[in-house]
Amino acid sequence: MIESRDGLAGVSVRFGVVVFPGSNCERDTLHVLTDVLRQPADLISHESTDLSGYDCVILPGGFAHGDYLRAGAIARFSPVMRAVERLAADGRLVWGICNGFQVLVEAGLLPGAMLQNAGLRFVCRWVHVRVDADDTPYTHSTSSGAVLRMPIAHHEGSYFVSPDQLARLEQRRQIVLRYCDADGAATPSANPNGSISSIAGVCNEARNVFGLMPHPERCAEPILGGVDGRLLFESVLSRTSERHAATDGDSRPRALSAAPGTGVAGG
Amino acid sequence: MRAAERVSPADVGLTKAEYQRICDTIEREPNAIELGMFGVLWSEHCSYKHSKRLLRRLPSAGARVLQGPGENAGAVDIGDGLAAVMKIESHNHPSAVEPFQGAATGVGGILRDIFAMGARPIALADALCFGDVQHPRTRYLLDGVVGGIAFYGNCVGVPTVAGSVAFNPGYTSNPLVNVLCLGLVPKDRIVRSLASGAGNAVVLVGSATGRDGIAGASFASAELSTEREEERPAVQVGNPFLEKLLIEACLELVGDPDLVAVQDLGAAGLTGAVTEIAAHGDCGIEVDVEQVSRRERGMTSREVMLSESQERMLVIVRRGAESRILRVFKRWGLHSDVIGRMTDDGIVRILQSGTVVAELPAVFLSRGAPEFVPLQPEATPTPDPMLPREEPVRPLPVPQDLGATLLDLLAAPNICSRRPVFEQYDHMVQTNTVAAPGEGATVLRVKGTGRGLVLGLGGNARVCAADPWTGGALAVAEACRNVACAGAEPVALTDCLNFGDPERPDVWKSLEDVVEGMREAALALGVPIISGNVSLYNETMGVAIPPTPIVGALGLLEDVDRHARAGFRHGQTAWLLGPLGGTIACSEYGALRDWEDGAPPPLDLALERRVQACVRDLVAAGVVQSATDVSEGGLAGALAEMALTTGVGVACTDFCASAVASGERVDAVLFGEGPARVVVGSASDRADAVAAAARAWSVPCTRLGATGGDRIEIARILSVSLGDVNERWATSFDHLGDE
Repeated sequence: MIESRDGLAGVSVRFGVVVFPGSNCERDTLHVLTDVLRQPADLISHESTDLSGYDCVILPGGFAHGDYLRAGAIARFSPVMRAVERLAADGRLVWGICNGFQVLVEAGLLPGAMLQNAGLRFVCRWVHVRVDADDTPYTHSTSSGAVLRMPIAHHEGSYFVSPDQLARLEQRRQIVLRYCDADGAATPSANPNGSISSIAGVCNEARNVFGLMPHPERCAEPILGGVDGRLLFESVLSRTSERHAATDGDSRPRALSAAPGTGVAGG
Repeated sequence: MRAAERVSPADVGLTKAEYQRICDTIEREPNAIELGMFGVLWSEHCSYKHSKRLLRRLPSAGARVLQGPGENAGAVDIGDGLAAVMKIESHNHPSAVEPFQGAATGVGGILRDIFAMGARPIALADALCFGDVQHPRTRYLLDGVVGGIAFYGNCVGVPTVAGSVAFNPGYTSNPLVNVLCLGLVPKDRIVRSLASGAGNAVVLVGSATGRDGIAGASFASAELSTEREEERPAVQVGNPFLEKLLIEACLELVGDPDLVAVQDLGAAGLTGAVTEIAAHGDCGIEVDVEQVSRRERGMTSREVMLSESQERMLVIVRRGAESRILRVFKRWGLHSDVIGRMTDDGIVRILQSGTVVAELPAVFLSRGAPEFVPLQPEATPTPDPMLPREEPVRPLPVPQDLGATLLDLLAAPNICSRRPVFEQYDHMVQTNTVAAPGEGATVLRVKGTGRGLVLGLGGNARVCAADPWTGGALAVAEACRNVACAGAEPVALTDCLNFGDPERPDVWKSLEDVVEGMREAALALGVPIISGNVSLYNETMGVAIPPTPIVGALGLLEDVDRHARAGFRHGQTAWLLGPLGGTIACSEYGALRDWEDGAPPPLDLALERRVQACVRDLVAAGVVQSATDVSEGGLAGALAEMALTTGVGVACTDFCASAVASGERVDAVLFGEGPARVVVGSASDRADAVAAAARAWSVPCTRLGATGGDRIEIARILSVSLGDVNERWATSFDHLGDE
């Protein structure tokens, strides 16, 4: 554990945010968890081998190990990844954001592979994504078809799977988010990086491991121009604290002022 | 050369007089290593021997100033116990040779200046100047430089939040890459490069030392030759991942009582760092080159001392704490070596396996370079200011279709949307970016305080070339005006002076005039210049760049929620604060019409100050939510920019009528440029408040029209649809130089 901040709320979900050498969104993610959502959260060293105390572990954005060779290709060998695998097998939540998604794909915890953006350039901009599966721990505070507005910032975000795998993902409803226009249509021009089938986020078969290229931690406060990212964090909070409530008779999850899911204005 | 080590003073760029001064002072001839050390440290790049005298004239004091020029960067108090640390630096020469790595390592260098002060870098901004868009090399340089900035800045996790990209044929062979970095640190934790305490350990941390960038400072202090490809070894290669680890490790040590001082290794490498740290603290230093980890076999002591390998820091650690501090670096995956000790004899002593190979007085080595005494410029007839302004040689008819002219202007290289550039930069990481690039001046929140910081840039090559004094003053005025448009008070300036060979009388004169203009503007606006950088010898085959001061302004918002952005909102009234008429000379419109440049519009600094204060008051009072300054593209260009930013149109009355009646050209009113002008959008029911503020500040004020709709209309003079305008404005940048 590198740093720990305890939540103020009665009900708490313990989050861990993994810090690889070269991660650069770990403090942004921690800020949302602790300062915005008032949850207990720790930064976890990439050398940690025990994650048993955590309900949800987040692999944040950045350039783990410089993204040398290929994004996420070195990070998957970090000691912490064995513990992440165990946590995933245990049914706890493992969530990869941007570079974290790339690491989960490289580690085989999520299907597919990441290619360079179709435009061969880094792209940082706001995009729209459509929720295509609301029955995951990360999206159940939204509803299928909802359009969220979130920033992306990546160079290797073109998601790829083989046609067979794609059919399997569709069939098992593992495609959680798709890039779309403001009206929810997944058109080619609304696809910022050439991802196959406009995929922006997928989960594993068990639905407890989730990766997405957009940055929900960058849109969880009105001052930053949008709050749609909060919906994903709040989904995790209510789901996990319900589980706590079921096991130890804790109170209902604290009501959070959820913002409407679509078209939150800004900029 | 590598083996022989037979070096003459001229080889290292020293003049005969400088060499004589060295011999007289140290009472012997310097050996090859020492000569190399003098060569880099007495280069213009390190010694500022040409510019020092002028830089002393710039005002650097102020109530908020915690650190002025002379440290790695300047610092100002922004309240809540926090200091903002800021500096701008050039990486022009390397970028001309190898644009991607040149620009990338420029970012790396300025970041190290900021975290060497103990500050976490929170924002980058860059001012880029390129040549003729039709020149085949321009696109290559542009793509390389932007790609290099993105590569480095994105990886280290510091957002690139502001910038400018200018095109002017004067930069075709010498592009400019000026990078500004802003950092934050609790003000009682500012780290300085002030070493002391004989026996304290000298630790070198980061990258191993290689042969890359040997004597880059000397390279940057000479004109580029035609054999630039052969100068590639003088350009370094950047490793942003290593830099990220260095940032985190160094920031972890801030506040540690065993950390005595920090100095980055930039120009002049290890030679520069050890000399600076000894001269600064008025002590001595002893370093054994054998202790320096190397990337290559067979490096000589001279090469180790002159290497400019990137991502290295020099850290002075209290005696006895070495192993603990080295463990911190190790935990971050960084290699570090104890390479020597501080002494108290005022000598920089370099050893090789215990044998002294160089021994020089630190202060003399650091500051002994004789200051340049300018030649008297040849008497050139100066235009009599009492004569009327030059009229154009040939007549310039007013265009028939002013709407079409506006479209052409918005598609011009210097005006079209920069989205294709700033989308390649991560401008949101660290989650402080409140107003992003493309929304006017960048606004950053300061987490946990309710305050905001605003960055603005200024600099106009065309004006500088025509009138260096006005150009210098305007760079300061523009940077502050950008900050004022967001509603912020400018609290500090940083400047980068890009010029040609200072020993040429015309270049020297322009440098002198620019500095004087900047001085007067900074004094008039009451903003101290806390840091800066000088880049000379930006010329190729005897042709210098236009004199180019780039000024960065830091603005402070007491309440970050109370700020204005560039875009119009529905239901606003649009106003011009400042004089109505503009000048075609030195304008983008003039360039579009291929009109020869005459004298730029005069800059009234008192009016500039009042206009900025007026805008600030109106934003602070909540009357104005939208504001942008009138710069390239003139008044119509500013209206279009505000409409395009948010997709909200504007319908104006014939505000040109009175000016035209009094003899002004309608195209000069619409597209002409001039200082001290801001377009604002106010809540439509607050007209009285706008008029009252303008009266109180004695600022001319013109009601332009009302926002709304999807067109830009000016009475019967001009009407264009936002869709058509956007088509040209948004897509032109990616097609520059096509055809």
